[in-house]
Amino acid sequence: MKKSLRERLAVLSDAAKYDASCASSGTSKRDSSKSGGLGSTEGSGICHAYAPDGRCISLLKILMTNFCIYDCAYCINRSSSNVERARFTPDEVVWLTLEFYRRNYIEGLFLSSGIIRDSDYTMEQMVRIARDLRLKHNFRGYIHLKTIPEASAKLIEEAGLFADRLSINVELPTDAGVEKFAPQKHPANIRRSMGALKIKIDELSEPTHTRRRKRFVPAGQSTQMIIGAEPTSDATILKSSAGLYSNYSLRRVYYSAFSPIPDASKILPLIKPPLVREHRLYQADWLYRFYGFGMDEITAGKPDGMLELNIDPKLSWALSNRDRFPVDINRADKEMLLRVPGFGVKTVMSILMARKHRRLGLDDLGRLKVSIKKVKAFIEAAGWTPVSLIDRGDLRDMFAPPPEQLVLL
Amino acid sequence: MVETEHVAQSPPSASQARAQPPPSREREFTVPPAFLTLAEAVICHSDPARFDLAYRLLWRLQTEKHLLGDVSDPDIVRAHALQKSVGRDSHKMKAFVRFKELPQTGERRRFIAWFEPEHFIVARVAPFFQRRFTDMDWIIATPKGSAVWDGETLRTSDEAAEKPEIVDDTDDLWRTYFAHIFNPARLKVKMMQSEMPKKYWKNLPEVDLIPDLIRDAEQRVRDMAEREASNTAPKFHAALQKRR
Ligand code: SF4
Repeated sequence: MKKSLRERLAVLSDAAKYDASCASSGTSKRDSSKSGGLGSTEGSGICHAYAPDGRCISLLKILMTNFCIYDCAYCINRSSSNVERARFTPDEVVWLTLEFYRRNYIEGLFLSSGIIRDSDYTMEQMVRIARDLRLKHNFRGYIHLKTIPEASAKLIEEAGLFADRLSINVELPTDAGVEKFAPQKHPANIRRSMGALKIKIDELSEPTHTRRRKRFVPAGQSTQMIIGAEPTSDATILKSSAGLYSNYSLRRVYYSAFSPIPDASKILPLIKPPLVREHRLYQADWLYRFYGFGMDEITAGKPDGMLELNIDPKLSWALSNRDRFPVDINRADKEMLLRVPGFGVKTVMSILMARKHRRLGLDDLGRLKVSIKKVKAFIEAAGWTPVSLIDRGDLRDMFAPPPEQLVLL
Repeated sequence: MVETEHVAQSPPSASQARAQPPPSREREFTVPPAFLTLAEAVICHSDPARFDLAYRLLWRLQTEKHLLGDVSDPDIVRAHALQKSVGRDSHKMKAFVRFKELPQTGERRRFIAWFEPEHFIVARVAPFFQRRFTDMDWIIATPKGSAVWDGETLRTSDEAAEKPEIVDDTDDLWRTYFAHIFNPARLKVKMMQSEMPKKYWKNLPEVDLIPDLIRDAEQRVRDMAEREASNTAPKFHAALQKRR
């Protein structure tokens, strides 16, 4: 018997839950006040709900279908898995997106799909969904399409006209990993698609004299890699991210802790997802993108190339570079202030502003909602010099919580 | 400060002005535009002292030109705290308003939402909904006022509205989605609650699913682990393998 729409929604959202990204920010600002249609994007995206896994629900994140002709070991939809299968028609996806949007459940659609028939056929259907939303229904909400890496360049380009973001997943941090676990995918093709997309984005964002700039994937491209399915060190993962950021101007690299899946392939470890490790990788990624750290600096002091699990990478860096501290908050430059564990970007901006008025002491920092306890070992302020704190052997113990083992299931 | 804006000569109303003596004679107030932004947010707050604070800042600004930049001044700190709280509440309103569909009577579809904000923010946030839900008629009703959009004009009122009783079947699809997009192997309840504070829960169609989802998570993960990978792949897998 044919499954009802609701049953298929259950299957096809279940299948999408392993994808880490649900971001809907960073696209062009637009709304429907002139067009009289439906939808807007105003800078930062909105989380309309939070699932009990703590993740923001911002988009309708579904698969068009979870039938797939490929057999990627880490994926619940691989052809050899006995998972329940279902498929939406393009019109059903359009309908669900619009009806969910109208009730203010979501910011838009994040669509991916298993590969049916072939890459181009699948990609064509996904493009059709995005095109209909934009042109037939005047929809100006957010659209993220996960492109099929082997699809033709022409289709990927058309997708870019309607989507806010396109992602092409590198899947695993190393080529060897991809070849082993996703035998039908080819790292070279994935990179070729990412490169072609980057070139197109650059080309179409060049302003011309005669025409208005075409809107083309305004929120850029992103990718995702699975962590912990095979033994790759954090240093290698971060190095690979740095390469992706600089070669393809990616907006985001998502790290997804490998999660045990029902009917898992036997070649994969059956562990709880390494969530702490995933979290540390995100923190390292953040330091790289917003705090002026080099990826190599972050793992430099670690002989096994692994980030420490019990303290965050910024604190870890500070503890192995004690000669750079204390930092005088009334004189240090922005770059160095950003390296103080416990100072966020906002705090640093506030310090730079406030110190024009007076010399700042610890109480001023307290008013900026900085945890004095955390930062005082690392800074100098009016009336405060950390007496030899930085040389203390127990400094690490002051911060580190007792180490926790990752539990085996 | 180069850019300044002129404000009407006796801005706060008498009741708002009680903290300070009124100006003795007519004079012109000059305030930086940043003050207006700040004050507009501050006066939406539900704290009864909000007007006193805004008024005090206005006075102090007349002599302390750089007051706004002094981010560790206690009045500025308080004003920023109120502004932040209003901002947060506004953001949650954009996130957690849930429209339910009413029977269609004319050409346009009609929706209504019931929401309970912490501060007086309906008029402040309503234009956001106008820009977003332009092609449908809607009402947002709250105990602190309401907003109505009919495709031409946006009207807001401060009067407390009553909670409508409406059922919308699409809520069931949304609940289905919510239950299935959650990965039981990644339970992080604290994180969820800090972002989706309980005070907003009562009007969200999906939250009554949460206790069960949390309770069953461990078991689902254990079941998954205990179930051995099956030895037989689906038929189409074999067919695909042959094709290669
Ligand atoms: S191609 Fe995509 S959907 Fe298909 S098995 Fe691989 S990862 Fe899964």
